Amino acid sequence: MLTLSKLSAMAALAIAGLSLTACEIGPKQSQQTGYRGTGIVQITDPQNVVSPGEVPPPPYALPAPSGPKASEVYQNVKVLGNISQEEFDYTMAAITQWIVPANAPAEQAGCNYCHNAENLADDSKYTKVVARRMIQMTQNINQNYSDHVKQTGVTCYTCHRGNAVPKYVWTDPAPSDGRLMGNKRGQNTPASSVAYSSLPIGTFAKYMRGKSGPARVISKTIHPTTANVQSVKDAEGNYAIMMHLSQSLGVNCTYCHNSRSFARWEQSSPQRALAWYGLQMVKATNENYIHPLTSVFPANRLGPQGDPYKTNCATCHQMQRKPLGGAQMAKDYPALLTLAPGGAVSPAAAMPGMEAPAPAAAAAAPAAAAAAGN
Amino acid sequence: MASYQNIFTQVQLRGHPEMGMPHKDDSEPRIPVTAYSYWMGKLGQAQLGPLYLGKLGLASLLFGGLSIAIMGLNMLASVNWNPNRFLKEFFWLALEPPGPEWGFSVYVPLAEGGWWIIAGFFLTASILLWWARTYLRARALGMGTHIAWAFASAIWLYLVLGLIRPFLLGSWSEAVPFGIFPHLDWTAAFSIRYGNLFYNPFHALSIAFLYGSTLLFAMHGATILAVGRYGGEREIEQIYDRGTASERAGLFWRWTMGFNATMESIHRWAWWFAVLTTLTGGIGILLTGTVVDNWYLWAQEHNFAPAYPDTGVVDPSTTFIPPSEAVIDPNQMVEDPGAPPVAPSPVEGN
Repeated sequence: MLTLSKLSAMAALAIAGLSLTACEIGPKQSQQTGYRGTGIVQITDPQNVVSPGEVPPPPYALPAPSGPKASEVYQNVKVLGNISQEEFDYTMAAITQWIVPANAPAEQAGCNYCHNAENLADDSKYTKVVARRMIQMTQNINQNYSDHVKQTGVTCYTCHRGNAVPKYVWTDPAPSDGRLMGNKRGQNTPASSVAYSSLPIGTFAKYMRGKSGPARVISKTIHPTTANVQSVKDAEGNYAIMMHLSQSLGVNCTYCHNSRSFARWEQSSPQRALAWYGLQMVKATNENYIHPLTSVFPANRLGPQGDPYKTNCATCHQMQRKPLGGAQMAKDYPALLTLAPGGAVSPAAAMPGMEAPAPAAAAAAPAAAAAAGN
Repeated sequence: MASYQNIFTQVQLRGHPEMGMPHKDDSEPRIPVTAYSYWMGKLGQAQLGPLYLGKLGLASLLFGGLSIAIMGLNMLASVNWNPNRFLKEFFWLALEPPGPEWGFSVYVPLAEGGWWIIAGFFLTASILLWWARTYLRARALGMGTHIAWAFASAIWLYLVLGLIRPFLLGSWSEAVPFGIFPHLDWTAAFSIRYGNLFYNPFHALSIAFLYGSTLLFAMHGATILAVGRYGGEREIEQIYDRGTASERAGLFWRWTMGFNATMESIHRWAWWFAVLTTLTGGIGILLTGTVVDNWYLWAQEHNFAPAYPDTGVVDPSTTFIPPSEAVIDPNQMVEDPGAPPVAPSPVEGN
């Protein structure tokens, strides 16, 4: 009888051990970041620290902004023509090192990944057309989204990290074909993007495109009104995208929210407003700078639904609260900090294959109204 | 040395199987198959059977089996009938209710949630038939119907979640999916959508009764086990040959907290706590989305939840002006010679 009891105790311990295998064993560090008693803490696992990544040094000392302009020396310079030729060369050297470094696969390494070696001004390689648009995108982020990127800014390296295609990207999910076979209704799949829950997995397309609405499902009124008809399924999508934010930054929900009321801004931390600006930035970036390149990319650079690889929070953050640990990198590359003088290139007019020019006009309308004092 | 004497049943009887009393009514005969199981006897009574199946039991098992089969086959179809993926992803798989676009219609295509409605109907039929079975079997034994009414309380919560509330809101999509993780994620999303269910007072009551049930269960179970050495668990023997187990159990609680339940009233406590868990829970769910849409705001309004100091953060969308699309400089355009000319926008010129 004693043996039997011992056996059962051992079996119980074994089952308990197995059921805990998904847990990260070891001491955790907890830091209070909000009002006492509200459970607003950040929990970190000192045994599993994600490295912020190394920032490559500039190729050489930043040349003085003097001398002939790049547009006077080189042909077909459309975006960086207003900087000096020396700074242009410096920026090109840096970009090469960020996107196609020496250790990249042979067919990708060096200037020739984008340029025709016979004629550097030639636009025949799609990578050059994409790179030009990406430089404008970087300038736009640094100039217009300082609410999110602050004075730290971003460079190509913030996302690329030595890869021709950034590591963390997304494409549109396959739409439901209305059949039962193989149809999981966009969810119920163990995926890291939703922290291995059964939440919807295709929510990037719902929340990170230009026309996507805010992820707000909680009512502003005590009683039901027609102002909020979002369903529990909408809340599941919201939950899923929030898991992405949480994972991309390596933080808990309480980094931004007071979990007693996720919706209330006056209960939230300032980081939530930062994240909100980030979401606007991601939406505008995907819609105005990346999606219009659809017809430029070859098929092997498109997702299964024929759309280009787009950005989300992880593209830059890569599991850090601040990308690259908040390293001040962009200051060494002044050409990337502001949109080229003479105005930004409108994505509608500039990009081939733009689906419809109407959204750009519509987006410009409120800004014009604001400028007119309305 | 400390010893725990009652982890398994100590004594097992063998002999002619106990066949039970004859029916008082015109119930069908029991299936007279009996057996003894040593290992089942470690956990409970060693005698298995006789079993009463009856028409209700048969119908209930049939409907229940159909319902489970529909759920399982839908899950299997969702992984392209791959048994390996079915086993690997079983905890994630689901049979989802119809989407919001279908409202509360019963005419939903099978692949769009129609199977969910059918499976739900069969499951509900099975449960209600099983409820009738618990009622009639208790009557047939000359018992009270307490078990049936406790079961009815759980059925109330089940019906509120899957039928009554979706009906009142006019949408099947408000109902719970069939699936392990999916129904748990539904629960979390439900709480988020309605502004944190912890501020729903009926949810709070339900939790109080749930935790109270575990406390009472622990106290009662421990008390009876503790007087097991005096035969405290043997009701029949106590009647013929009374020991002091019951007196000691009562005295223990009077000593430690000044009050003791009786051998009868402790079961009334436990019954009410268990019944009220799902009864109040069902009321809380029923009010959510029908009467109250944001429980946090409700709780603030009624001083049900404390207010904490503001962090001073303001919704940035109230002041945000998206960066304007600047004037197009034709000299900086990225040209694509092959692109078709851009059609004039319909809003231009207005």
